[in-house]
Amino acid sequence: MAALLEVKALKAFYGQTQSLYDVGFAIEDGGITTLLGANGAGKTTTLRAICNMVRTEGSVRFDGKDITGMPTEEIVRLRIGHVPEGRGTFTTLTVGENLRIAAYTRKDKQGVRDELDRVFSYFPRLKERVQQQAGTLSGGEQQMLAIARALMLKPRLMLLDEPSFGLAPLIVVEIFRILRLINEEEGVSILLVEQNAALALDLADTAYVLETGRVVMWGPSAVVKNDENVRKSYLGY
Amino acid sequence: MPAFPKKWLWILLALAFLVPLLQPLLPDVVSNYRLFLVSTMIIAAIAVLGLNLLTGFNGQISLGHSAFYAVGAYTAAILMDKLDMPYYATLPIAAVMCFIVGYLFGLPALKLEGHYLALATFALALSVPQILKYKWLEDLTGGVQGIVLSKPDVPFGLPLNEDQWLYYYCLVVMVLLYWAAANILNSRSGRAMMAIRDQYMAADTMGIDTALYKTVTFGISAAYTGIAGALSASAIAFVAPDSFNFFLSIKFLIGLVVGGVGSLAGSVVGGIFYVLVDNSAQALSTFVKNDLGLQFDLSAYTVFGIILIVLMYLMPMGIVGGVYYLVRSMRSPGAKAREQAALKQRASS
Amino acid sequence: MEQFLQQIASGLANGAIYACVALALVMIYVSTDHINFAQGELAMFSTYISWQLMSWGAEFWVAFAVAVVFSFVMGVTIERVILRPLHNAPVLSIVVVFIGLLAICNSMAGAIWSYLIKEYPSPFPKSSFGIAGVIGPHQLGVVLVTLVVLGLLFVFFRYTSLGLAMRAAAQNPQMARLVGVRVDWMLALGWGLAASVGAVAGTMVAHIVYLDPNMMGGILLYAFASALVGGIGNPGGAVIGGFIVGVLENMVAYAGNQIEKITGVYIIGNGEKLTVALIIVIFVLTVKPAGLFGRVVVKRV
Ligand SMILES: Nc1ncnc2c1ncn2[C@@H]1O[C@H](COP(=O)(O)OP(=O)(O)O)[C@@H](O)[C@H]1O
Ligand SMILES: [Mg+2]
Repeated sequence: MAALLEVKALKAFYGQTQSLYDVGFAIEDGGITTLLGANGAGKTTTLRAICNMVRTEGSVRFDGKDITGMPTEEIVRLRIGHVPEGRGTFTTLTVGENLRIAAYTRKDKQGVRDELDRVFSYFPRLKERVQQQAGTLSGGEQQMLAIARALMLKPRLMLLDEPSFGLAPLIVVEIFRILRLINEEEGVSILLVEQNAALALDLADTAYVLETGRVVMWGPSAVVKNDENVRKSYLGY
Repeated sequence: MPAFPKKWLWILLALAFLVPLLQPLLPDVVSNYRLFLVSTMIIAAIAVLGLNLLTGFNGQISLGHSAFYAVGAYTAAILMDKLDMPYYATLPIAAVMCFIVGYLFGLPALKLEGHYLALATFALALSVPQILKYKWLEDLTGGVQGIVLSKPDVPFGLPLNEDQWLYYYCLVVMVLLYWAAANILNSRSGRAMMAIRDQYMAADTMGIDTALYKTVTFGISAAYTGIAGALSASAIAFVAPDSFNFFLSIKFLIGLVVGGVGSLAGSVVGGIFYVLVDNSAQALSTFVKNDLGLQFDLSAYTVFGIILIVLMYLMPMGIVGGVYYLVRSMRSPGAKAREQAALKQRASS
Repeated sequence: MEQFLQQIASGLANGAIYACVALALVMIYVSTDHINFAQGELAMFSTYISWQLMSWGAEFWVAFAVAVVFSFVMGVTIERVILRPLHNAPVLSIVVVFIGLLAICNSMAGAIWSYLIKEYPSPFPKSSFGIAGVIGPHQLGVVLVTLVVLGLLFVFFRYTSLGLAMRAAAQNPQMARLVGVRVDWMLALGWGLAASVGAVAGTMVAHIVYLDPNMMGGILLYAFASALVGGIGNPGGAVIGGFIVGVLENMVAYAGNQIEKITGVYIIGNGEKLTVALIIVIFVLTVKPAGLFGRVVVKRV
């Protein structure tokens, strides 16, 4: 099976400082891959580099197409849903507008309406708050909104940056349950960045570990989970 | 910062002092009109120097220096007109007056940065002609008519004509002010001024009294430009409110960016430049009409506008700064990289 | 009393103009953080275009429509060609470029159409329009046209997906890109709309202040005051601010007039309009930078 996303020798720079050094990985179509690593390892930067939000070198291929150097908005239009660090809520827009804006590029009105219904079935809480200013939502609700918004693009691949960050454990469990549903029912491939390694390794089939901008190990989640170093550094036992 | 080599400064200065003496030999080249033109260039240079102290060295944007120029010009004119004060005595008083006005304006300006300071000073520049016409000030300012003065007399029975004397007078004032500015910038205070420009936050933590430095710089800058205004009142022997409109501020801005933001020598070049363009506008327009056959009144401000925009792309450090760096980078290959880094640093600050 | 009402009415008419220009300023400000010092001169230039068309025989509203469309194209072009490459430039560069634009527009208008003051027609019927003794036909027309334009803009931004995309791009450009919005084009579009709204203001005010290359200077200053009073990041606030400042301006002159009548001492009048605007600008910037309705946006770090 061909990889949906293939990253080779990816370097990323903030000004003069380099943050990624020849990162490479591949995501199978329909799979869930997780990217683990300590704070500052370069996880967020990797997601940004895929969408060309930082200065990058190397190659990124999506669905066989070379997307290196394409403008962010054009990459996204290939149906890559990016749930960024910090959730990226449009705080002054309503919840409904936050969702509609993501379907802005889609011409099929009926499809958008169906999408909205589906999204609301995952996140009924958002439906109750359609008219509310998004900035007034709670953290968990904003995370749900961010995922819902990415879904409105009808993505083939979703990039998620620490969706569990700062949320109560119960809500985290809920969000991870929905991520699995999205993956299984709609066949959306997922690249998940997490600090919460235990949860991520349970969800994902493949895992990569980043350290100071380099991939230091990778493999099936089950294998990575049992690696002694990973256990010590990321799982805490 | 592009610093002018000392040796050349002295040679230029010597030339500047000698040139009027050539008048008997070359009466057509060194005409009275040209000397007068150069005097206005010197005045312009002082005004731009004032703006550069504030914007170039301290990082506070001002579009309102025409206002301080007006205060200087009117202070001088009123003192001469109402109190019969000799023209040279008006300069220090105009300077003090403008320092106070500038300092006071600098207080609210403390709260403003970047675009907002530009906006506040823009508003100041727009309203100054109107303030000068205010009914209660009419007795002093002469209202719309302004004040007619007489040209500076040649003192001590020196064998000079009026234009030659005016030239020396302006030149001496400029040299003194330039020397003072260079000394200020070389001192601890000068370094503090620039530290505030380069890294606003860090300056605070370095124990620099940012507020004090910013307001005092505002005052000094206004005083410089005000002195230029006072000189111009003597030189033109006339002040009227509408000559201190916003377009005067545009000229200062042209002088600033052409000469180089944060370059003393550049200020002089910038001042000379805008007077030159202003004076050639008629010739330019005639050229466009007669030689290019376009029915179009090319104005100096079209030229200024285009230069302002184009310079921001090509040489954001100004022509003097740009040429200086070009010369340097031709000499040493590493300089180019450092220049880029310096530009980036300023862009991000 | 009647005089008082007249003053309020003409204040509202002026306020409508200020509201338009202030809204144009805010539209550019919210999406780029730039204060467009050339906004007034662009509007002035567009007004000359409409005057030229009328002097060639075009109907007022045809000339008006062409001027509005011309301004839109001009605005988009300026953003794409001149400002886009400077998006990360220091503030001083941006301010300098705006001043350059201002100088070019002003001097080009003077060169093409001369600095002589021109009469500019009113499109509103003289009879049976307006309320006798209170508001004249042109003033009423100005208020109505402005309200229609503001209403259209409201609908556009609130109910169309393009309007939504523009709001999203202004609020969070990074995130807007991540949902596929072509942010650069949204900024250019915002510039175009702003220039169009400015053109409406110019064509509406030219009958009142007469047409000349410097006609927008004072109006721009009042528009700044309006935008600041409303909170410079707040489009609705800018519109309300426009009306407030318009009425305030006339009230100050009216009060000055009354004082002079009663005490015989002149304090303030029409001659101090710009000074009043200056005071409002400085006062709001330093004392209430968030405006009457806005959030604090002034000192960003
Ligand atoms: N905007 C930025 N500017 C400069 N350096 C950055 C920026 N964002 C991240 N970095 C640096 O890049 C490296 C990787 O950061 P990041 O990708 O955010 O890590 P992670 O998401 O794994 O915590 C870190 O060293 C960080 O300091
Ligand atoms: Mg991160």
